[in-house]
Amino acid sequence: MINLLPRYLFNFIILVLVQVLLLNNLQFSGYLNPYLYVLFIITLPFSTPKWMLVALGFTTGIIVDIFMNTLGLHAAATVFMAFVRPFILSSFSPRDGYEMGTRPIPADYGFGWFFKYSVLMVAIHHLFLFFVEAFSFENFLSTLWKSILSSIVSVVFIFIAMLFSKRKSGTI
Amino acid sequence: MRNFIRFIIRNHFFLLFLFFEIVSFYFIFNYNEYHRNIYLSSSNKVSGFLFERFSSVIQYFELKQTNEELSKKNAELRNLLDNKTYYAGRTIDLVIDTISGRHYRYRSARVINNSVNKHFNYITLNKGMKDGISRDMGVISSRGLVGVVLNTSENYSTAISLLNTRLKISARLRKTGFFGSLNWEGGSYRHATLSGIPAHAAPSVGDAVVSSGYSSIFPEDILIGTIDEINIDQGEGFYDIKVLLSVDFKKLQYVQVVEKKEAEEQRELEKTSEND
Repeated sequence: MINLLPRYLFNFIILVLVQVLLLNNLQFSGYLNPYLYVLFIITLPFSTPKWMLVALGFTTGIIVDIFMNTLGLHAAATVFMAFVRPFILSSFSPRDGYEMGTRPIPADYGFGWFFKYSVLMVAIHHLFLFFVEAFSFENFLSTLWKSILSSIVSVVFIFIAMLFSKRKSGTI
Repeated sequence: MRNFIRFIIRNHFFLLFLFFEIVSFYFIFNYNEYHRNIYLSSSNKVSGFLFERFSSVIQYFELKQTNEELSKKNAELRNLLDNKTYYAGRTIDLVIDTISGRHYRYRSARVINNSVNKHFNYITLNKGMKDGISRDMGVISSRGLVGVVLNTSENYSTAISLLNTRLKISARLRKTGFFGSLNWEGGSYRHATLSGIPAHAAPSVGDAVVSSGYSSIFPEDILIGTIDEINIDQGEGFYDIKVLLSVDFKKLQYVQVVEKKEAEEQRELEKTSEND
C-alpha cells in the first residue's frame, strides 16, 4: 500500500493535468466531453479504505470543477461513483474473491473484466453528472443520449490510457 | 451517546458519502448561476404559497403602519391642495386649474389580490367601472408608482403591476432630468431596471427615479424608487441601472387610481402625429 502512494499521486497529477489541459479543450460536436479523470477512482487498489474512496472522489471532482468553473458538479458525481464502487466490485468479484496485492486493472483481471467494470462505473458517473447538470427530467431523452455518447467516448479514452500505461510497466 | 458513536462508526461510509454530497450540492447551488435560479424559483413558489395562506393575518398586523402612512399622506395632500379641493364622498376632486392645463383625478381603492412572485404580476382593486375607473389609468400608492389599470368590470378592476415584465414605464432621474425606460426583469420584487440613461448623465447611487410625465397615464414626478446599483454597458454607451423600488409590493394595501383628464386628447393627438 505504501509503495503505491507515489505511483497514485503521480497518476492523479497526470490524469488531472490531461483532463484540464487537453481533454477539456477538445470539442466533439459541441458538447461531448470525455472525462478521463474518473480512471483515478476506477483503478484505486482493492484495499483502499472506504472513507478514503469518497474523500479522494471529492478531492478529484473539486479540482476538476475548479478548472471547469462548475463548482460542485463533478465533485457530486465523483463522490457518488466512489460510493458505489465497493458494491460494483463485490458484484463483479471472481468466485474466490480478489487476490491480495492485485488492483482493478486489465493486467490483473483481464480486458473483458475491466471493460465491464469500467463501463458501468463511467456510465454511473456520467448519468449522475449530466442529470445534475440539467437538473430536471424535462429533456430526459436528450440528457440520457448525451450521457451515453459521452460514456462511450470516455471509455475509449480510458482504454487508450490503459494501453499507454502498459508500456511503462503498469503506471496506472 | 456510546450508541450514537457506534452508529456513526458503523455507517461512516454512508455518512461520509452523504456529507460530501451535501457539500457538493451546496457548492452547485451557490456557485452556478443556472442551478441557483432553479433553487430560487422553486423556493419562491413555496414562499408564495405560504404568503397567500397567511396574507390575511399579515394584513392585520400591518394595519397600524398603513394607517400612519394614510394619515401622513392625507396631511401632505391637504397642505398641498389647501382650499383648492372639496371632498366628495369617496373621491377627491381637484378643481380644474385652467392656467397649467394639467389636472388629474384621484380615486382611492383597496388592493384585494396581489402577487409578486410571478413573471407577470397583476393587482386586483376593489373599484370598477361604477366608480369611474377605466383602462389605462395609473395606479399609485402613498409610497410611489404601482401600475396601470388593465381591465375593469362593474365593481372591480385589475391592474398590471410594475412587477410585470410586460410593463415599461417612462422614468426620469429627478436630479438631472435624463429619462429612460423602467422595466422589471423578474427576480427580486424590490428591484427594477432602468435602461436608456446615456453615459454622460452621471447618475449616483441614492438618486431618486420618478415618473417622467411624458405618458398620458401618470402625473409627473411620482416616485418610483432610488438608484441601487449602476452598471455601464460598455458597447452601447447607456447605463444599466438597478432601481430599488419605493413601493414594497408585498405590503401593498391602499392605492390611488389616477385619471388624467385630457389623456384621451393627448393620445389622439399623438396618434395623428404618428400616422403622418
